[in-house]
Amino acid sequence: MNISPAKKPSTKFLPWEDPKQEPLVRFGNVTKRFGSFTAIDNVSLDIYEKEFFALLGPSGCGKTTMMRMLAGFETPSEGTISLGDDDIGSVPPYKRPVNMMFQSYALFPHMSVEANVAFGLKQDKWPKNLIKERVEEMLSLVQLEQFAKRKPHQLSGGQRQRVALARSLAKKPKLLLLDEPLGALDKKLREQTQFELMDIQEKLGMTFVIVTHDQEEAMTVASRIAVMDHGKIIQVATPEVIYEYPNCRYVADFIGDVNVIEGRLNSRTDSGIKLSWAEGQNDISISNNTERSADENACFAIRPEKVHVTHEEPLDADNRIQGEIHDIAYTGNLSTYYVKLSNGIIFKAQESNRRRLANREFTWEDKVWLSWRNTAGILLD
Amino acid sequence: MNGRFTWFNTTSLTVGFVFLYLPILLLVLFSFNESRLVTVWAGFSTKWYVELFKDKAFLDAALVTFRVALLSATVATILGTLAAVVMVRAGRFKGRTLFSGMIYAPLVMPEVITGLSLLLLFVAMGVSRGFWTITLAHITFSMCYAAVVVSSRLVTFDTSLEEAATDLGCTPFQAFLKVTLPIMAPAIISAWLLSFTLSLDDLVIASFTSGPGATTLPMKIYSQVRLGVTPKINALSTILIGIVTIGVLVASYLTRRSEARRKVDELLAES
Ligand SMILES: Nc1ncnc2c1ncn2[C@@H]1O[C@H](COP(=O)(O)OP(=O)(O)OP(=O)(O)O)[C@@H](O)[C@H]1O
Ligand SMILES: [Mg+2]
Repeated sequence: MNISPAKKPSTKFLPWEDPKQEPLVRFGNVTKRFGSFTAIDNVSLDIYEKEFFALLGPSGCGKTTMMRMLAGFETPSEGTISLGDDDIGSVPPYKRPVNMMFQSYALFPHMSVEANVAFGLKQDKWPKNLIKERVEEMLSLVQLEQFAKRKPHQLSGGQRQRVALARSLAKKPKLLLLDEPLGALDKKLREQTQFELMDIQEKLGMTFVIVTHDQEEAMTVASRIAVMDHGKIIQVATPEVIYEYPNCRYVADFIGDVNVIEGRLNSRTDSGIKLSWAEGQNDISISNNTERSADENACFAIRPEKVHVTHEEPLDADNRIQGEIHDIAYTGNLSTYYVKLSNGIIFKAQESNRRRLANREFTWEDKVWLSWRNTAGILLD
Repeated sequence: MNGRFTWFNTTSLTVGFVFLYLPILLLVLFSFNESRLVTVWAGFSTKWYVELFKDKAFLDAALVTFRVALLSATVATILGTLAAVVMVRAGRFKGRTLFSGMIYAPLVMPEVITGLSLLLLFVAMGVSRGFWTITLAHITFSMCYAAVVVSSRLVTFDTSLEEAATDLGCTPFQAFLKVTLPIMAPAIISAWLLSFTLSLDDLVIASFTSGPGATTLPMKIYSQVRLGVTPKINALSTILIGIVTIGVLVASYLTRRSEARRKVDELLAES
């Protein structure tokens, strides 16, 4: 199988920044209750045409419920969902131009691969020759032409997943919903399929909404990510913004690894603001988040890979703290150093292993310096 | 797994099987007896079979039995399937426990009571008893068995298959016809076979609900036996045993073959 990673378009695709753009999908103050339990809590969200939109969040936060409301299997208790110009809140699933790829694939076991893909087209009474053409087109898109006559149980997991994708794409839905589509695949196959998905989405110019547990997957495929928690949407932004500028500790913690230091903002300088965080330690200077005023409590957050570890004091660094190596997590390409600061806080710093293990510079209980630029971290509430 | 054929195991197996099959074996053997006496062997003959097929009363009874069994099995399977769908799918509704309890109750109800209550009902309604009342009675009790067989398969049925069908444009009813029903077919067929055999060998309920002119085979055999066992009865029983045996063999052959084929398919898929 040849993988050609989807090329990022040369002109930036940012419909959400254009006030003239009408969203394809609009959640307007949607609440969904199951009995007395509120699964979705007053959510408003816009999704634009040709987006690859990811819903990300811990188990039970309501991702599947959002999808099921889009597909029509659940109706919102309050609020409206519109698709284009139509309010689809109470339109049954079989009348929506929306298709879903199920987490369990939900392939019809008594039908061949071909018949599975043709199912929706037959239901829509397409002419026979067009169905045949479309099925062939879909199967070649997912590279399963030679398996057309097989039954689902005669296929491997990855092949089944591609049949499910072909079946949900066949009707050219305005919106394709993918609920943890790659959950059952192993890591290698999953990464490869992510690129295929992006490729297909680009080729067909459709709008995809994907649910995933896996933050790396969301970062890879999505144009924008919505991070959810307890039925609420916490932040919606591009993967870069979500990673570099999370709007709260929850998002910073959920996406990737982060060091958080609590302290008090004490003085403003031309180049930024300073945070005092421990007795006898240098203040941390931060050059972004300049809108914050002095004299309030704040959290400083910085990703481990932005922190350098050195034996000698890096005199030219904007920020430096001394500590002792408490633990080392070796993951092959990277080493994460857990460095204990004088006040007992464990600080994570990550270095890529450009040398072999035997030549490693640092070992347990080494006294080291941690340093970072004043643009590397951000302030959170 | 050592000692699978110890002395003890072999003996208990033999005793068990003799206990089970000796009476049947004797019955089959004596159906080919030359003599009129059922206890004395006088040489091989098939004359009782010939006589059986000349006996109009027996043939009539056979016809009634099969018509009742076919009709009641079909109707019971349809009703049982519907009941199973409601029990498994409808979620919680008021009186659900009562409803499913009432579906299962006739399974443990003594047949005499079922028969008697149906008889009282038919008398009260002033229905003349015969073919239709037997059929109705058989539908009533085999429907419960059908419901149990179908619902035990339905609970493991992945509802996302139906959702996928509606997602692709089927109304819920179309989804049931095109996806649920075909996948449920084996369970529905076995429910039908079970209802059919239940109807075929029912004596008690049929005796209560039949009237003049509608005698089923079990009733016929029973009344004949009271006048004395004749080799003709043995011949008839042998035929019935033959039919049931063939049915069981075919059914188990079919399931085993599809099972084996699936295993082969899965092996193919892995490679
Ligand atoms: N039909 C239902 N009846 C009652 N509660 C429900 C129903 N469907 C979902 N819930 C509840 O709503 C919450 C959100 O469920 P949902 O399936 O959307 O979570 P999720 O984010 O998809 O989780 P996961 O990542 O585990 O799939 C859960 O607490 C769940 O128990
Ligand atoms: Mg889910």
